[in-house]
Order: sequence, then structure tokens, then C-alpha cells
Amino acid sequence: MSLEFLFASAIGVLAGGGFWLLLRARTFDVILGLTLLSYAVNLFLFAAGRLAPGRTPLLKEGVAPFLANYTDPLPQALVLTAIVISMAMTAVMLVLAVQARVANGTDHIDGREPRE
Amino acid sequence: MSGMAPHIAVLPVVVPLLAGATLVVLHRAPLAFRRALSLAATLLLGLVVLGLGLAVEHQGLVVYQVGNWPSFAGIVLLADRLAVLMLGLLVLLAFASQCFASGSDDARGAHFHALFQFQLMGLCGAFLTHDLFNLFVFFEVLLAASYGLLLHGQGGERLRQGLHYVVLNLVASALFLFAVGVLYSVLGTLNMADLSARVAALPEAQRPLVEAGGWLLLIVFALKAALLPLYFWLPRTYAAASAPAAILFAIMTKLGIYAVIRVYGLVFGPDAGTLAGLVQPLLFWAGAGTATLAALGALASPTLRGLLGYLVVGSAGVLFMAMGLGTDVALAAGLYYLVHSTLAAAAFFLLGDWVRRHRDGGDALGRVAAMARPAWLGGFFVVLAMAAAGLPPFGGFLGKSLLLAYAVPEGATIVLWGVVLGTSLLNLVALARAGSRLFWQAPAVTTARNAAPQPPFPAFGERVAMLMLVFGLVVTTVMASEVTRYVAGSAAQLSEPATYRDAVLGRDPLPTTVPR
Repeated sequence: MSLEFLFASAIGVLAGGGFWLLLRARTFDVILGLTLLSYAVNLFLFAAGRLAPGRTPLLKEGVAPFLANYTDPLPQALVLTAIVISMAMTAVMLVLAVQARVANGTDHIDGREPRE
Repeated sequence: MSGMAPHIAVLPVVVPLLAGATLVVLHRAPLAFRRALSLAATLLLGLVVLGLGLAVEHQGLVVYQVGNWPSFAGIVLLADRLAVLMLGLLVLLAFASQCFASGSDDARGAHFHALFQFQLMGLCGAFLTHDLFNLFVFFEVLLAASYGLLLHGQGGERLRQGLHYVVLNLVASALFLFAVGVLYSVLGTLNMADLSARVAALPEAQRPLVEAGGWLLLIVFALKAALLPLYFWLPRTYAAASAPAAILFAIMTKLGIYAVIRVYGLVFGPDAGTLAGLVQPLLFWAGAGTATLAALGALASPTLRGLLGYLVVGSAGVLFMAMGLGTDVALAAGLYYLVHSTLAAAAFFLLGDWVRRHRDGGDALGRVAAMARPAWLGGFFVVLAMAAAGLPPFGGFLGKSLLLAYAVPEGATIVLWGVVLGTSLLNLVALARAGSRLFWQAPAVTTARNAAPQPPFPAFGERVAMLMLVFGLVVTTVMASEVTRYVAGSAAQLSEPATYRDAVLGRDPLPTTVPR
């Protein structure tokens, strides 16, 4: 099994689990789902620069400055930004979820229990 | 001041950022001080946008390389006539929103003005950026601020709608990043001009991936802009927002439309080879469906502000139809209609708030209670209803007739005429119904109401806000020829992606005075 296959499967499982939890329509599950989804996104962005084991994104002396000798640094910068943003958004969601639970008396995403 | 001249394209981001940061620090300062600071910052922003507009008239495209990095390596900001048009509209709406908020809404929480400035920063940045990932970042900035503004002075209903709004937008952000990743992995850049050059030279084998990335992006923008299968969140969210927030929301849907024009006009533009016009045919039909369903939704809406939400969706539908036609003339007509419909929607949201406060039953469209000051509010209602539905003295009529008269390629005539005219009629009926329910169908027994004290007259700032928006409507109508000339120029500029590529990629960093 290649590294790419394992990596792609991991992204797929995380994204699938994330979407499944999103559809459960309870605030806690939704937040977990969004978190899993953001993990999947971060791995995906990271892989957009190609998986290159053993190569660094920093220039080294004696190694010619071509992308073939290094790994692409830009996706790593993108992932860092995305991690920061998704962490902040998760915090906002948590505050909202707690507030909604207190104000509406239920953790359903619609703010009321679904009718049977 | 001349030292600032090369930096004018980044100032619309910097001014609200500094103002917002200052306001966060000074959140214990007296409200009057924070109000004045925030208004002064918006005024300064207006001056900056004016200067940027003049620079754009003078130079054509204003390109700014952030940190003086060359275009292929750094983030590029770009101002063209369309960006300036949107920024100008934003400043006007921001002024109106702040004046209105000074009536009472900004006193309900400590951070209204800070959130407001951060949202302005996000909107300005999203209008100016020329980098796909940077667009994502500014989307997040403005969304984070809009979550706060939406929930400002909260209640159960606002929390409920706010939760839906936040979750939907977070999922959209995830999709945005997937799209960015796909495009970067194939094309190796996120600069829009560079993307467009590389899409044009794309080998056939890699086409499906780029196509998938393009469609994923459309889902994200369609959610922001409320296009057909993705608009269900909008009417209730807007109905739950306070009036000052709703004004800014009126331009946030237009941001989705702006992003579609930018990305699909440039990256998947006329010279993108086999990917040219990737989404155009779908936009037309989805726009037609959106406008039709929104008109029906407006008819069925139980509250005035819900109805207004559907009017916003409907105008987005008409704009998407104009874009889907794919001609310059259609795009220009659409842009004119965009300006007018945004102003009309914003003014109507203010009126919706007044109506809610002047009536026992709020803005519910039933026989619940009589209206206080019916003549005064009713007058505004008639004027704004005419503007929103597109009746002759106002510019909405001009925008729609420009679209119908000049923009029709063969084949689309019946659908375009049918949808635009049909939805206008339905909107008119919906507004007439709402007006007669609100102002004429008072219950027979009004003695209790008469005994109750009249609600306070709208505050000075609120009246100024309303007059500003109505003035904007009148100006876009009276000076229609100047405005249409400007939007036609914007559309012509957009139709030549090559000039964007030359301006962005052919530009070297400024000579630096710091010795290396």
C-alpha cells in the first residue's frame, strides 16, 4: 500500500465521519463533525504540495534550489493559517452551542426537539 | 500624504483594522466616544475609497503587492472599477448602518462598533484581494464579525438562526479549502491572474481536476450569494438580524456574486480554452429558479422582514441570470441593478425595524394590531416598495429594462422576459399585500391601542440613515446615465482578462530604499 493511498483514505474517513456527525443535528455532534472536517481539510491542503518524505521546505546549502529537491512550503503555510482559523471558529461555535442550550433548553440544532 | 500614495490599495483594509483594534481596547470608553471614533474611521474609509477610485480612473488597474513580494510569490491586491463600485456602495451602507445603530442598537453590547469595523475590514479585503486563499481568509474575518453582529442583543430566535448560519458557513469554508487545495495541486498558484494564465495552458489530462475545483468553488460562492439550492438559510437569518446588521448583510450576499464575477470571469474567462464559461449556462437557469422561488416565498411570507429576505434572494437570482447571459451589456445591466437593489433592500430593512416597533404584533402580516403613525411609515413603505419591485420612477425599473431590452441573446428571450417580468409582478403583489395588511387592515377595536402611549419617534440618527439610503436611490436613478456608463466601463474592463494578467504578472516589486 502506497503512502498516497493511506493518506487519501485517512482524509476520506475523516471527511466522511465529519459529514455524518454534521447530519446528526445535535450541537455537540455538529461541533465534533466540523472538527473532523477541518482535520480532513488540513491534511488535504498539506497533500496539495505533494507528499515528499525526507525533504524539507527550507533551503539547504549544497542542494540546488529546485522543487524536486525540496517540499513545497506554501501548502504548509496555508495549513497553518487554516488551523488557526478553524480553532477560533470552533471556539465561537462552542460558545454559541452553550448559549443556545441555555436559551432554548435543548441541544438540537433547530433549538427545539423534533416532533415525533 | 504623498508617501501613502503607493499604498492606497491596502488602506481600505488597514483603516478598519486599526479602528477595530482601537475600539476593542477602548471598549470601556463612553459610548459617544466609540460612536464618534467608528464614524470617523468610516468617513476616512470613504475618503480612501474616493482616492482609490480616482487612481483607478487614472491608471486603469491599481495593483498592490503586499510586502513588496513579486506577484508569483506574495499576495496581490487589485482594484478595478468593479471593486471601487462595490467599495463605494459598502461605505454608503456602512454609514447608514452606523447612523441607524446610534439610535439604540449599539448600546446593547460593548463591542458593536469593533465588530462592525472588523466586518468592514473583511468586506473591503474580500473586494480587493486577488489571491484565492487570501479571499478565504477575508471571508473568515467578515464571517467571524458577522456572527457577532448577528447575535448582538441576542434572543432565542437569533441564537437559533445564528447557529444555522454559523454551521452552514463553516461547512462552506471547509469546501472552499478543498477547492483551493485541488486548484493549487494542479496549477501550482493561487494568484487569480496567474491561475487564469495557467488554466488557459492546461493539458487535457488535468482538466477534470480543475473543473472539479471550479465547481466546488461555485458551491461556496452560491451559498454566500443565496443561489437556488442553497438559499434556504437566508430569509430567516436576515429576519432575525437587527436592522444595522441586516444592512451589512444586504451587501454580503452581493459579495458572493462579486466573487463569482471575479473568479469565473477571470480564471474561467473567455480565453480559458476548454474551460471557458464553465458555469455560465448553469448560472442562468439557477438564477431563473432562484428568482421564481423567491417571488413565491415572498408571497407566502408571514412577516415583513421575512418577505424582505426573499426580495434579497430574488434580486440575487436576477443578477445571476444577467451573469449567465455572458455578455458585457448584460453584466453592466446586472451591475446597475445590483447597486440599486442593494440600496433598496437596505432601506427596506430599516423600515422593517420601524414597523416592528410601531405595532403591537411586530411585523407579522396579520390582522393583529393597528400601526402607530401610519401615514408617516406608510409613505416610506410606498416609496420603498416601488423601488424594490422595480416600478418606473426608480432605478430598479431601469436596470431590469436594460437587461430585457439590450442583453438578450436568441433562445433565452422567453425565459428571461418571463422570469424577470413574472417575478416583478409577484413581488409587487406580495408588497401590496404586506402594505395593506400592515397599514389598512387594523382590527376593529383600537381603543386599547389609542390609550397606550405612542412609541418614541425614530431617533435622529435613524432618520438620517433612512434619508441617506433614499438619497442614494434617488441619485442612482437621476444620474442613471453616469452610473450606467461607469458600470459599462467596469464590464468592459472585466471582459479582458489579458489586461489583468499583464498588470499583475508583469509588475515588478517597487525599488526598495533599504540596502540589502
